[in-house]
Amino acid sequence: MTGTILGAPDMARALTRIAHEILERNDGPESLVLLGIPTRGVPLAQRLAQRIAVAEPGFDPLNRCGGLDITMYRDDLHRHPTRTIGPTTLPAHGVDDAVVVLVDDVFHTGRTIRAALDAINDVGRPRAVQLAVLVDRGHRELPIRADYVGKNIPTSRSERVAVRLSEIDGDDAVVLTGGAQ
Amino acid sequence: MKHLLGTDDLTRAEAIRILDTATQMAATQEREARKLPTLRGKTVVNLFFEDSTRTRISFEAAAKRLSADVINFSAKGSSVSKGESLKDTALTLQAMGADAVVVRHWASGAAHQLAHGNWMHGSVVNAGDGTHQHPTQALLDAYTARRHLVDEPDGKGLDGLRIAIVGDILHSRVARSNVALLTTLGAQVSLVAPPTLIPVGVGPWPVDVFMNLDDALDAHHFDAVMMLRVQRERMSGGGAAYFPSPAEYTRLFGLDSARLARLDAHSIVMHPGPMNRGLEISAEAADSTRSVIVEQVANGVAVRMAALYLLLAGEERP
Repeated sequence: MTGTILGAPDMARALTRIAHEILERNDGPESLVLLGIPTRGVPLAQRLAQRIAVAEPGFDPLNRCGGLDITMYRDDLHRHPTRTIGPTTLPAHGVDDAVVVLVDDVFHTGRTIRAALDAINDVGRPRAVQLAVLVDRGHRELPIRADYVGKNIPTSRSERVAVRLSEIDGDDAVVLTGGAQ
Repeated sequence: MKHLLGTDDLTRAEAIRILDTATQMAATQEREARKLPTLRGKTVVNLFFEDSTRTRISFEAAAKRLSADVINFSAKGSSVSKGESLKDTALTLQAMGADAVVVRHWASGAAHQLAHGNWMHGSVVNAGDGTHQHPTQALLDAYTARRHLVDEPDGKGLDGLRIAIVGDILHSRVARSNVALLTTLGAQVSLVAPPTLIPVGVGPWPVDVFMNLDDALDAHHFDAVMMLRVQRERMSGGGAAYFPSPAEYTRLFGLDSARLARLDAHSIVMHPGPMNRGLEISAEAADSTRSVIVEQVANGVAVRMAALYLLLAGEERP
C-alpha cells in the first residue's frame, strides 16, 4: 500500500473533525493553547486554531497558538549529524494553567512527544497536555498515545510517511513510500 | 565542526549557523528554568594557562546551562607549575574522558597544537591563544552587532556595515579574530591605533588603517565602534612603552563625549572588557545608551552555548 494516502480534501476533513473533537473534549476553547512541533506541526496547529475560531468566534487563533522546538530535548542527538535548533514561540500569556494541545504531523515511536513533554516542563506548568496528530503510523517505543488522530496508517518500519503541507511544500498530501524490498 | 580554533577558517555559512543557534540559545535564557538537558553526560574541561575570570565563567555558565559536567583546570597551583608539558596535560585530560577542552594559553597556536597533535580525542575550543585568535569573543561581538544593526537578523550576515576597531591591534587576538569574522560576514573594518600598535604585516588585511580616531570619524560613518583595552604594561616604563603617555593616548584614541556625539544615531559602542574607564573609553561613553558592553557579556554565554552545542551534540565522527 504505497502512494498518496490522504489528499487535500481528506486532510481538510480530518483537521476539521479534530478541531471539533478538541472543543468537545475540553467543553469549549477557554483555556486551550495549541503548540505545533516544528517543522510541520506548526502550520497544522495554526490550521486547527483557525478551525476552532470558525466554530467558536470568541477564540483568537493567533494568540492561542505557537511552536515548541524540541531539538535540545531529543534522546538521539548523538546518533545524527548536528540538528539545527528551531524557534520556540509561545502565546503572550504562556502555558501556565492552560490545556496544551501538542500538534505533530506523524506519530511514530513516541520519542518526539517524550522530548516535547520535557520541553513543556521547562516553559511552564499546563493544567493538562493532550496530543493531536495528523497520521498515526504505529511502532510505538514508549507508553504514549494520541488523543486526536487524523488517520491511522498501518506501516512497516522500512516504509516512510511524508506529510506535505501547502505552507511549506506547496500542496497538501500524505504520501507513503518505500517498503520491504 | 570538530573544533573551534579561529575565525579565519570559518565559512560564512558556518559563522551564520553559530549566530542563528546563539539566537535560539539566548531565547531559552529568558525563561524561568534556564537549564537544558542537551549535553547531559558530556564533560567539558576549562584548561586555562592564563588568568581569565570572564571568559572562564562564561564558558562554565554555558556548559552548565546545557547540563554538561565542567572541570576547571588552571595552570596556577597545578601540575603545569611543576613542569608538565602541554602534551602530558592533554593525555591526562584524554584519560579522564574530556569531550571538549576549552583552552586559554599564552602561546599562539597552543589550541591548534592541542587539536591536531593526536593527543586527545575530544573537541577543542580556543578561548584565546597568545596574540593569535579568540573566536568566541569575535562571534559574540558579531552576534551583538547583528542583533542591534540588522533587521530580522536570522540567517543574515553583517553586509554593508562599517565597524571600527580602536586600540592595541598589535597584541590583540580579539582584533585579529574580529577582522577575519566581520569581513567574512560582509562588514567593512577600519583599524584605529598608534603606528606602534599596528602589526607590521597589516598590508594584506582587508581593512583600512587610521592613526587617530578623529580622522577615522571624518572618513566614515561607523555603525559600531569597538574599543580595545590598553594593557597597563604597554603604557609607560621607558623603552617598553608603545606611546608617550596615557594622556596622549586618551586625547588621540579615547572615546569621549565629543567623539560619542559624532556617531550616527543608530551606532553602538562595544568593548570586550575589562574597561579602563578614563583611558580608552570615558565613563560617559561606557554608560551611554549606545553602549552594549553589558549585553555583550550576556550574549557571550549564548554564543558559547551555541558553540558547545554545535561541537558536541551531533554524532561522533571518527
